[in-house]
Amino acid sequence: MIETQSLRKQFGSTLAVADLSLHVGAGEVFGFLGPNGAGKTTSIKMLLALVEPTSGTGKVLGAPLGNRAARARIGFLPEHFRFHDTLTATELLRFHGRLYGLRGIALDARIDRLLTRVDLLDASDRPLRGYSKGMMQRVGLAQALLNEPQLVFLDEPTSGLDPLGRLLVRGIIDELRADGVTVFLNSHLLGEVELTCDRVVFVKRGRVVDERRLAARAETFELELRVEPVNAAILEGLTRFGSHIVAPRPDQPNQPNQSNQITVRIESDAVVPEIVSWLVQQGVRIHAVQPHRKSLEDVFLDVMGDDERPG
Amino acid sequence: MRDVLTVAHLTLVEARRRRIVLAGAVCALAFLIVFSVAVAFAYREMVANPRMSFVERQLTLTMIMLLGFMAANFLAVMFAILLPVDTLSGEIDSGVMQTIASKPIDRAHIVLGKWAGHLILAFAYLLLVSGGILLTMRIAAGYVPINVAYAIPLLMLEVALSLTISIAGGARLSTVTNGIMCLGFYGVAFIGGFVEQFGAFGGVQSLKTLGIIVSLISPADSMWRLAANYLQPEIMRGSGGLALSGSVPTPLMVWWAAGFTVLTLLYAIRTFRRRAL
Repeated sequence: MIETQSLRKQFGSTLAVADLSLHVGAGEVFGFLGPNGAGKTTSIKMLLALVEPTSGTGKVLGAPLGNRAARARIGFLPEHFRFHDTLTATELLRFHGRLYGLRGIALDARIDRLLTRVDLLDASDRPLRGYSKGMMQRVGLAQALLNEPQLVFLDEPTSGLDPLGRLLVRGIIDELRADGVTVFLNSHLLGEVELTCDRVVFVKRGRVVDERRLAARAETFELELRVEPVNAAILEGLTRFGSHIVAPRPDQPNQPNQSNQITVRIESDAVVPEIVSWLVQQGVRIHAVQPHRKSLEDVFLDVMGDDERPG
Repeated sequence: MRDVLTVAHLTLVEARRRRIVLAGAVCALAFLIVFSVAVAFAYREMVANPRMSFVERQLTLTMIMLLGFMAANFLAVMFAILLPVDTLSGEIDSGVMQTIASKPIDRAHIVLGKWAGHLILAFAYLLLVSGGILLTMRIAAGYVPINVAYAIPLLMLEVALSLTISIAGGARLSTVTNGIMCLGFYGVAFIGGFVEQFGAFGGVQSLKTLGIIVSLISPADSMWRLAANYLQPEIMRGSGGLALSGSVPTPLMVWWAAGFTVLTLLYAIRTFRRRAL
């Protein structure tokens, strides 16, 4: 669905996206995460040909970036959706439907269905200037789905929505997933992302720095150990059970670590008894074993590191 | 082509809803009321004056009509500049353009649709005010000017040129900067026209040449001067005064103004196609 190689965008001296290499598969609900200023929106704009990349290549729906035939099969909800506020929701959707080449009864029927789905049918003949932020976002979502797209870009779709609105959006994303539609989701609400996405990537300063599969919940457990002694042999042995082993380095090689703290990322908590058993066999004294599943927010903070400041 | 019509239609609906057309029509009507009252009083006075000959009366009426057209031309040019000044830049800033341009539409069609929609409105405005002047002159003074069929298309070309510059500026600049640039562009043409006239009357070739150069850079006002020349009888041409017909732009200038409009529109399309949205 989406394939990019080293997409880069520079605005004058400002580097917005350094090196974006992505692969998004068909039918996937894909989360695109990162702090403010990480280049997420610019990346989406490059994929939609709203911004021309400085370098790099990419394909969307099998066609080069900007291809008009491909754009006919794409839906897009921009961040802070806005439109001419003198129009009614029906008029707005009719205009966008015409840009997709839709006409007549088929378009009107589609508009009615979508307005019903986003719970705006009763307000469809009111000018947009009287709409709340949440209503605007919902009518924006309806325009993104007008063409029954194969790929939908949602840039902060739950921005400004109350809990009921967020539930509605989540329901629509689930329906899209069931219909085999690929969803590219950019959101700061990590709880929402965790509930809806199959896979996420983390973007930092215009680069993809990490990737996680959420649907299988793989690699989202973390095991905290307090054992004695902690040395290079123990750390090496733990790599059989998990990855991303973190322990304060001993001052000298083969010397015990004084803090006795180790964290290991494991695929599932089912492996914990095996780890404990192995440690006992190694003659290690175990003071504490604490497995816990990391929330996406924990993962996000870990990935971004301490050098990232609030945007 | 369908996309162009869709965007043009939205432009017309939006202008109607925002009451821009209504505001323009009210201004035009206010001007026409003042103008018709002035013409009616002036004509009554002229007819009552036994020392004024028929020829003098016709010349005076021609001057009054030219005054009216000068004001109409100014109003129409301002309408053409200000109406679309934010149509691209405003929608880019607000993010509205992202939703439109992400659709399967050539960006050229967005520019052409907006251009066509605004052009219809600007032409309608010009024809409304010009028609009002002609009707007033006919009803209040029984005066029918000559060469209207030549003059009105020239004014339409001036309006089209001013509007195209405004749209092209919006493809690159912010709304305020674009507004200042467009008014400055028209102002330069206006002053250049005066400089050319003074050069012609005073026999100062350098001023005349400078004025012509300015007209080549900004040909909008030269269309008004050519139209004004057409609207006057032969006896008045070259006599200066309000019509400023001491130095009349050549027909080549019409081709240049038309070419300038086309080139500016192409520039708008090219710039907007490359613009990061």
